[in-house]
Amino acid sequence: MGRYIFKRTLMLLPVLLGVSLVSFSLLHMVPGDPAELLAGEEANPEFIRALRKEYGLDQPLYIQYFHFISHVVRGDFGISIRNREPVIKLLKERFLFTLQLSFLSILIAGSIGLVAGVISATKQYSLFDNFSMVGALFGVSMPIFWFGLLLMLVFSVQLRWFPAGGKGTILHLILPAIALGAASSAVIARMTRASMLEVIRQDYIRTARANGLREFIVIYKHALKNAMIPVITVFGLEFGYMLGGAVLTETVFSLPGVGRLMVEGIFQRDYPIVQGSMLLVATTFVVVNLLTDIAYAFFDPKIRYE
Amino acid sequence: MGSLLNINNLKTQFFSSGRTIRALDGVSFHIEEGEVFGLVGETGCGKSVTALSILRLIPFPPGKIIDGEILFRGRNLLHLKEDEMRSIRGKEISMIFQEPMTSLNPVFRIGDQMMELIMLHQKLDRSRASEKGLEMLERVHIPDADRVMKQYPHQLSGGMRQRVMIAMELSCHPFLLIADEPTTALDVTIQAQILRLIKEMRKKLQTSILLITHDLGVIAEMCDRVAVMYAGSIVEEAGVEEIFEEPKHPYTQGLWGAIPRVDQEKETLAVIPGAVPDLSQPPAGCKFHPRCPHRFAPCDHKIPPISQTSPGHLVSCYLYGKGERYE
Repeated sequence: MGRYIFKRTLMLLPVLLGVSLVSFSLLHMVPGDPAELLAGEEANPEFIRALRKEYGLDQPLYIQYFHFISHVVRGDFGISIRNREPVIKLLKERFLFTLQLSFLSILIAGSIGLVAGVISATKQYSLFDNFSMVGALFGVSMPIFWFGLLLMLVFSVQLRWFPAGGKGTILHLILPAIALGAASSAVIARMTRASMLEVIRQDYIRTARANGLREFIVIYKHALKNAMIPVITVFGLEFGYMLGGAVLTETVFSLPGVGRLMVEGIFQRDYPIVQGSMLLVATTFVVVNLLTDIAYAFFDPKIRYE
Repeated sequence: MGSLLNINNLKTQFFSSGRTIRALDGVSFHIEEGEVFGLVGETGCGKSVTALSILRLIPFPPGKIIDGEILFRGRNLLHLKEDEMRSIRGKEISMIFQEPMTSLNPVFRIGDQMMELIMLHQKLDRSRASEKGLEMLERVHIPDADRVMKQYPHQLSGGMRQRVMIAMELSCHPFLLIADEPTTALDVTIQAQILRLIKEMRKKLQTSILLITHDLGVIAEMCDRVAVMYAGSIVEEAGVEEIFEEPKHPYTQGLWGAIPRVDQEKETLAVIPGAVPDLSQPPAGCKFHPRCPHRFAPCDHKIPPISQTSPGHLVSCYLYGKGERYE
C-alpha cells in the first residue's frame, strides 16, 4: 500500500510538468498583450516597451517558460501584473476559501446522493424512487446561476435564514454549497442507485441474508461497500471540479474563490495569475484523482494486492 | 411424525407482467433427523425455489409463498415473524449455494465474514469468534487456515471457497444444511473432494442435509432418500437404492434412461421427448402427460393421487394408484 502511494505520487511530477507547459503555451497563443493593457490605451510605445522588459515579456517564449518554472519550484509564482501582489498570496487566500466551499458542498452532495441512491435502489419503482430520480434530473439540468438565484430569493430574501452573499461564517457558505452540490448530488444518487441495483442481485447478498443478518447490515455494510467502488470515481471527479473553481457559483454569490480569480486574470491578461491558478487547479485535480485511487484500494481488495 | 422438517402442500408463485408462474405447485416431503435427502430434477423444476422457500428468502416482488406449511422442529416457519426467522437462518438452517466464486463477499476478509456470522448467532466476542472460525476452517481441511482467515475471496480457488462456505455454514451447528448444487460449478476432481467433505462433516456433526442437484451420480453417492421433481411438483419419492433399482414414475424412468452407460455400445443418449412445460400455463392433469409414453384416459385432466407402491416409495402416477390416496 505504501509503495503504491509512493509510486502514484512520483507519477504526479511529469503530469504537472505537462500541464504547466500546455497552460503556458495556450496563454501565450491568445492574442492580447498584458503590457498594452496595463499601460492604458493612449500610452506611448516607449512606456509599453519598458513594461515588456520589466516583466520579461520581450524574451523568447522558452526562456520565459524556463524562467517561470524555475521560480515555481521555489514557490514563487511571480507578481500579479494588475494589483502588484505576490500571486502565491492571492492563490492561498482564494484556494483556502474554495477548499472550504468544496468540502461543505461534497459533504452535502455526497450524503444526499448516497442515501437517496441506496433507498431508491432498495425500493426500486417506489414513490420515493420515482420522486428522487425526477429530483436528480432537475439537479443535473438546472443551471447553477438560476438555481443559486432561486435559493437566494427563497432563503435569503424571503425567509432571511442565510446571507445572500459574501464570506465570513459557515452560514455564508451553506447556500453556495447547496447550489454547487446540486448537480453532484444528482449524479452521485444516480450512480449509487445503478451500482446498488447491480450489487443487491449478487450471490453474496443472498448469502448474507441466508446467514440471518439484518437487512440494514446486508444493505449498508455488505452491499454498499461493494457498490461504492464505481461511486468513488464520481465522488473524485465531482470534488475535483468543485476545487477547480466554481466560477458561476462564486459569481452569483459574489465569493472570493479560485474560479473568479482565474477568470478575472484571463480578462486582464494577468499572465502570472492565470498561470499560477491554472497550475494550482490542475494540481488539485491530479491530487484528488490520486486520493480517489487510494480510496479505491480501500474499497476493493483486488486493487490493493496487484 | 418426529421428522426434522415437514413440508406440506407448499405453493410458491412468481408474478411477472400479468402472468402467474407456479414455481412450486403443492410440494410435500419430509426430512428425518440425520439423513441426507436428495432433491433431483431438471433446471427450472423448482429445486432452488424449494430451498429459498424454506428459508423464506423468495424475493418479493415478484415471488410469494401463497400456501402450505413448513414445519421445522414443530414450528411452522411461515408463521414466524421476520426477526424470529432471521435467528433461524444461518443458525438452525443454513445454506450453501452453487456458485462458490460469487457467494462470498469480495470486499471482506474470510475471517471477518465467518466471525460476523459466529458473533451474530453464538454471542461470542471477537477473539472467541476468531478461534471458532479458525477451528472450523481446520475442520474442513483448509491448509494454512491462519493465513486464509486474513485473505480475501479472490485469493482462493473455487474449491477452497466452497470449503470456506461449508465451514462458515456449519460453524453454528445447524440442524439442517441446504446444499444447492454445491459441486456443479467445480472441476470433477474437486467435486469428489467436496462431496467427501460434506459426508464427513455430516457424520461428525450429525447435521441433516437437503441436497439439491441435477446430477444423479451425486444423488447415488450421497443420499439416503430421494425425491424427483418435475415442473414444480414431486412425482416420486423413495429410498436411494429402491429408486435406482425400481424407478416407477415414467419421468424418473426417463431420467434414469438418460444416464450414459459405459457397458453399452449405444452411441446416442436416450432423451425424454418434448420440453419442460411453461409454468405459467402448465398442462392440466399430470404435468408430465404430454411427454409421457404411457399416458391414458385420466392423465390429461386429473392430477394423479400419490400412492405408495411399497413402504416409503411414493409415486404420483395413475399407472400405480389403485385410487386410494396416500397421506
